[in-house]
Amino acid sequence: MHELAVCQSLLREVERVASAHGAAGVSRIEVAVGSLSGIEAALLDRAFSIARMGKACKTETRPASANALLCAQCGAWQVDVRSGDELVLRQVELVQPAEAATS
Amino acid sequence: MCRECGCSVTQDDVHVHDHNGTVSARSGNSASVEVLRRILHDNDHEAAHNREHLAGRGILAVNLMSSPGSGKTSLLEATIDAIGARHRIAVIEGDLETENDANRIRARGVPAVQITTGQTCHLDAHMVHDALHALDLSEIDILFIENVGNLVCPAGFDLGQHANVTLLAVTEGDDKPAKYPVMFRAADLVLLSKSDLLDVLDDFAPDQAERHIRALANPADVLRISARRRESLAPWLAWLEARLAEVRSDAARHARRHHHDHHHAAE
Repeated sequence: MHELAVCQSLLREVERVASAHGAAGVSRIEVAVGSLSGIEAALLDRAFSIARMGKACKTETRPASANALLCAQCGAWQVDVRSGDELVLRQVELVQPAEAATS
Repeated sequence: MCRECGCSVTQDDVHVHDHNGTVSARSGNSASVEVLRRILHDNDHEAAHNREHLAGRGILAVNLMSSPGSGKTSLLEATIDAIGARHRIAVIEGDLETENDANRIRARGVPAVQITTGQTCHLDAHMVHDALHALDLSEIDILFIENVGNLVCPAGFDLGQHANVTLLAVTEGDDKPAKYPVMFRAADLVLLSKSDLLDVLDDFAPDQAERHIRALANPADVLRISARRRESLAPWLAWLEARLAEVRSDAARHARRHHHDHHHAAE
């Protein structure tokens, strides 16, 4: 439901990275979406094409069942959840300006 | 897990990568850059700023979340009636449209700022920051942020609160925590609201609701309250007092350390 707001943040982060590296463009974006993050990877893909036409955005979903966070051995609920709620920009593929690519 | 971005590329909970991104491979005119940075970094940064600002003044900020109609505004009215004479309360109200909730709070003599989000399904840290500018922070002990009624999106956005309180009305069904796990995992306290109706409802088992919350690995207390039964609010009010005392003692400790630093700097 709020995937578009997340996409707009994602594009800001990508633009920041692209400008820090003096890139001429961005050809690929890779994000990691934990299944406890509250974001649906498929919806993020669709929202992305609305937020920015034409860019390829690959999302990787990290599996975890939100309703089964009990200890697998003893069933206790006092567990430390180490991952699953990440919503992270992993990698960006940049297009270099023409002179940088030839030098 | 990395405390900065939540990624798992860590050593002793400290990230071992550059959040500005490092080039990991080149081919032709393209370069791959490893970034590993939270997508909501801008929001989280603003939220941290709000939290520090409020904590520095010893103000407790509570983010109230729930479905529409589960009694957030009624709880605030009852809370103002119970402790409004002892603590200075202010409220930030989030709704898609109308000033109705802010007007209900103002009728109790408490300052309220209404954020109307239009089509947006949640509050974010930037909206709360703007609302803070409309309040006199020197006149506030407890700030309630009543989020947009929605069990999905508000859970994804840090506002700078010290605690998330999620209401679950007993008219809603005791399996709501299982159906909306992200929201109930984020809760620091769960209030089973309208609990005076438990006597006439045969399909809500409070213990079952609590079991669903524990299955999310959430140790949050679960309290039964009713805005219409003053005595049922006592544990909620005690929880607020305890959180306020924590925020104040942190603020005092921070101020002492700050003073100490200045003293040394002057020497």
